[in-house]
Amino acid sequence: MKRIYVNEDWCLGCHLCEYYCTFANSGLESMAYALKGKPLSPRIQVEEEGEIHFAVSCRHCDNPVCVKSCITGALSVEDNVIHCDTNKCVGCYTCIMACPYGCIMPATSGVIQKCELCTNNAHQKPLCVQGCPNEAIVFEER
Amino acid sequence: MPLNYIFPEFEVVRNADQCVACRACERQCANEVHHYSEEYGRMIADNSKCVDCQRCVTICPTHALKIVKSDNTFRENGNWSAQTIKEIYRQADSGGALLSSMGNPQNYPVYWDKILINASQVTNPSIDPLREPMETRVFLGKKPSTITRDENGELVTKRPPRLELSVPIMFSAMSYGSISYNAHASLARAAKELGIYYNTGEGGLHEDFYCYGPNTIVQVASGRFGVHKDYLNAGAGIEIKIGQGAKPGIGGHLPGKKVNEDVSHTRMIPMGSDAISPAPHHDIYSIEDLRQLIYSLKEATAYQKPVIVKIAAVHNVAAIASGIARSGADIIAIDGYRGGTGAAPTRIRDNVGIPIELALAAVDARLREEGIRNEVSIVVGGSIRSSADVVKAIALGADACYIASSALMALGCHLCRSCQEGKCNWGIATQRPDLVKRLNPNVGSKRLVNLITAWRHEIMEMMGGMGINSIEVLKGNRMMLRGIGLNEKELEILGIKHAGE
Repeated sequence: MKRIYVNEDWCLGCHLCEYYCTFANSGLESMAYALKGKPLSPRIQVEEEGEIHFAVSCRHCDNPVCVKSCITGALSVEDNVIHCDTNKCVGCYTCIMACPYGCIMPATSGVIQKCELCTNNAHQKPLCVQGCPNEAIVFEER
Repeated sequence: MPLNYIFPEFEVVRNADQCVACRACERQCANEVHHYSEEYGRMIADNSKCVDCQRCVTICPTHALKIVKSDNTFRENGNWSAQTIKEIYRQADSGGALLSSMGNPQNYPVYWDKILINASQVTNPSIDPLREPMETRVFLGKKPSTITRDENGELVTKRPPRLELSVPIMFSAMSYGSISYNAHASLARAAKELGIYYNTGEGGLHEDFYCYGPNTIVQVASGRFGVHKDYLNAGAGIEIKIGQGAKPGIGGHLPGKKVNEDVSHTRMIPMGSDAISPAPHHDIYSIEDLRQLIYSLKEATAYQKPVIVKIAAVHNVAAIASGIARSGADIIAIDGYRGGTGAAPTRIRDNVGIPIELALAAVDARLREEGIRNEVSIVVGGSIRSSADVVKAIALGADACYIASSALMALGCHLCRSCQEGKCNWGIATQRPDLVKRLNPNVGSKRLVNLITAWRHEIMEMMGGMGINSIEVLKGNRMMLRGIGLNEKELEILGIKHAGE
């Protein structure tokens, strides 16, 4: 299955993926309007120290501990994509504690948010991949 | 603080409605133009540091940025241009010779733009390259002038070594040091995929790139950096660099700060030491000396590799080329005065040398007159900007073209002409690891392959239009060219008729 992979050799730490992600999930048409003066809430985050940078987003694990840990059944695997039903999520954040990659984060609404490979928004193909200036983030079968 | 007389040349214009303060511009500008001001709560810019490399403009996700030329004006003066005045201020400030990079930007005539290409109508059919075969392959090297047979009457088919190109374009010399590891990786990979050659320049061949040897020209320049037997044998051909179009008559200087561990290892010089290429080869003071070096190199490579001699286009280029053709070289590369560089004294770059179009026409004509044109192939460079320039060069008598500036532009170069600063925001002319990684060779090689593939299509279209289906037929076919707006003398040197004739 196609997943998002990041090659740290080419990640420049420009953080654009975080902005593209926030925009993609804003539901708005204009990037400037979606982001201007608003808090950034990306589902992909650049980890960095010194000259090393790499973006991290949900790995869509084969045996996802977040799904196992979910107390309400809000997290589920659909077509190999880990999906969150925000109507069921109660914001207990157990999944945030459980995720070994730190890829789940609280949403501004109080529940959780995570990368769903842009299948849950209008973009369909991950916008972080399309926006990465150095092809450090790729969406491919491995 | 003493007054700085030079007003910032460019202004960063930021559309406040569009800017989301993502700070990508700040992170990506090695010149530290942009920064986020907590006081103002928005991005601000220091225009004085901007070199107009367009990196921030390109990377801005909301297209909030543009760079414009400052309209601050000195009092207008037909004799003292703003550029000239600024250069005087700069020199009065620094006391140094002015340095510049990339090609001569002055407003001299571009002869390519004064030459038009023919097309067939009625009496001879044009050819559609999409429907009919079209040959763009060329071979570079000596062409035998006679057919020889051995004692049994069998044809002797052993030929002098040659280079085979799928399209008459090669990436010209840019050293590892002047450009980055990733730029070299992009060129090498693209050359391999395209079936052409790239050139190491004078900085040796990085050990990682020996695998691209069959598509590599290895250069031997006056500094002899990184030259050893394995290096010579690694390439498909060897180039002796006598001169460079951007700076004829002078050597090179790679600052010590660019000589990092890798560059030092490849060049075989101590880390951090300046790599200085002398102006002349200290063992070449005549055609006979050149012949000795050519044959030393041929000897070292068992006569398996063609030897290219690269010279800058200067006043007596035809006579010099004639000497080179007689010295045993297989290929002559001529670099015109528009040729690029990683750094050259401004006065040399802008005032020395001659246009490649005239040099090519003169050399081709001279070698024909002397009956030695088949002894050498001619490769020309120095601002080949498009496939049309390639077609015109071939018709003027070139066997192939060298491109470098256009190849770098494919990799992201925006001709900001600040290579000498070593802070290339596009990861090309720099050795800073954080900047070098901006050029991903996966992306770079793809873009180079795209460029040459596109040019090849266009070359075939133009050939087809002329009713020519093999590039060999176009070679030296000056009847396919007409001049426009050229005087008698220019037409005479170019060996072409005026449009309408």
